Amino acid sequence: MADDDRDTPDHSVSRRAFLKGGALATGAIGSTLLPETAEAQLPIATEPDPRRSVVEMTVNGVAYRKEIPNRTTLLQFLREHLALTGAKMGCDRAQCGACTVIVNGRNVYSCTTLAVEATGAEVLTIEGLATGDALHPIQQAFIQHTGFQCGFCTSGQIMTTKAFLDRVPHPTEDEARRALSGNLCRCAAYKRILESVMTASRLMQA
Amino acid sequence: MNNFTYIRPATLRDAATQLGKEHGKVMLLAGGTDLLGEMKDDLRVPERLVAIKHLRELQGIRPGRGGVRIGAATSLVDVVESADVRRQAPLLAMAAEKVGTPQIRNMATIGGNLCQRPRCWYYRNNYPCFKHGGNVCYSATGENDFHAILEGGPSYIVHPSDTAPALVALGATVRISTGGRERSVPIEKFFVSPKQDPTRENILQPNEILTEIEVPAAPAGSKAIYVKEMVREIWDFALCSVAAMVTTKGGVVEDARIVLGGVAPFPYRALKAEAALKGKRLDQAAAADAGAAAVEGARPLAKNAYKVPLTQATVARALLSLA
Ligand SMILES: Cc1cc2nc3c(=O)[nH]c(=O)nc-3n(C[C@H](O)[C@H](O)[C@H](O)COP(=O)(O)OP(=O)(O)OC[C@H]3O[C@@H](n4cnc5c(N)ncnc54)[C@H](O)[C@@H]3O)c2cc1C
Ligand code: FES
Ligand code: FES
Repeated sequence: MADDDRDTPDHSVSRRAFLKGGALATGAIGSTLLPETAEAQLPIATEPDPRRSVVEMTVNGVAYRKEIPNRTTLLQFLREHLALTGAKMGCDRAQCGACTVIVNGRNVYSCTTLAVEATGAEVLTIEGLATGDALHPIQQAFIQHTGFQCGFCTSGQIMTTKAFLDRVPHPTEDEARRALSGNLCRCAAYKRILESVMTASRLMQA
Repeated sequence: MNNFTYIRPATLRDAATQLGKEHGKVMLLAGGTDLLGEMKDDLRVPERLVAIKHLRELQGIRPGRGGVRIGAATSLVDVVESADVRRQAPLLAMAAEKVGTPQIRNMATIGGNLCQRPRCWYYRNNYPCFKHGGNVCYSATGENDFHAILEGGPSYIVHPSDTAPALVALGATVRISTGGRERSVPIEKFFVSPKQDPTRENILQPNEILTEIEVPAAPAGSKAIYVKEMVREIWDFALCSVAAMVTTKGGVVEDARIVLGGVAPFPYRALKAEAALKGKRLDQAAAADAGAAAVEGARPLAKNAYKVPLTQATVARALLSLA
């Protein structure tokens, strides 16, 4: 692979702001306010490389614009370019669900979605669920029932639950089981995950 | 995954003009649920991806006289949830609902589902088999638990699609475009046997795009079901699947379409089972006879003999549920 085609090419101001500041909001704002200038500083070839693209998308309500190699998955984009590490990489093959995020209202595997394909999309990740310090009812329900053990699959379970309950607010247990079938849990906390989903449904009505 | 040029054409014609004369260099990207996995495993190393999922011309479900027309880039979840599909061709909705997981169905398209590549583990692990241009099928004498029992050879892959058997049973037609020229093909003729060409599973030329699937409405008085047997209850490819549509008149079977998935290199129409059923009352004995007729001529490999009674019983059970 040529050097200019690494998946984490940015040494831009906004990228450093992420890494140093740590605070997600800061990085996000930096990136939103400085799109053109920040990208202009990238060490990219002077001739445009057809294997890179500029993507624009809204993640958790914040608009981003970044130049990336085309092969960057949405999961890599979130984790490595936006430092939103809530979505996890388990299998990287659309098989486990740890990377689940919501794109335009539907839960998808971000490991098997190209970031360029999410151009123009509204993306919601686990980082976008809480309002300030107030957890989302689904997060509360998962805590109440301890709907996890190690927690690796949890952000994916919660994002699937969110997409599901937004469409089916009063599910039966069987419907909930099917809706969650694309999210595996290595710790097999399935019973408690199901309880969390049913409680979340009640909390969201309240 | 190697990097590539990404093209997001504005129209179908623009998409088609990007395509070349060779398979594999320029590839169409729909939902990506199959292709991106192949690219990560270096099974495909395209120089250029042409995105098509966003194209209006390839989207949507249009009810018409006597059926529905489904754009190839329509996502499976939209097929499952479509009131028109559920009314006119419920068999297709049942089959589409059995694909993978909710996330897969949100991402995947119906066109991609028909064009997906086989799941054979030799193929997926990049063994130089027929599918990769070699001249051997490693499963023939190797680990063949999940391979073909019918119509196998020289390659013994099974066709993995769930929507394909349903669409064959419904007698669908696919529309194919080069951007300028169009052709329509009965879906049964869309899939190819490895005896015709062991490298491919369908007739698409490198410069062609599957644009639309025309699904005729199920006949009046018909009942249909899609049954899929898996290692687990959900989230897997079929060990065997059965798309069955039976039309009865006065308690007697007038017409039957029985198509098997997961047991042959293409969706396999069980013509002998269909014939066995016609003119009969659909009862336990008739269903059992049809089940036996469905696997007539089966030639299992060393490790997949279990598929023969499994398929036989699944056909019988599917039919009986329609009685
Ligand atoms: C974990 C997992 C589980 C799965 N389970 C199932 C299952 O149970 N049942 C099942 O049937 N499938 C299953 N699949 C397989 C498959 O990925 C999906 O069914 C899906 O429908 C493929 O569609 P796509 O739009 O994502 O295709 P893509 O991955 O985008 O494309 C697949 C292939 O088709 C070609 N293509 C796509 N659209 C067109 C078109 N319009 N014209 C010409 N060529 C085209 C592409 O170039 C590529 O070669 C599973 C996949 C995964 C990863
Ligand atoms: S990491 Fe995406 S599904 Fe496993
Ligand atoms: S809590 Fe450990 S994988 Fe689910």
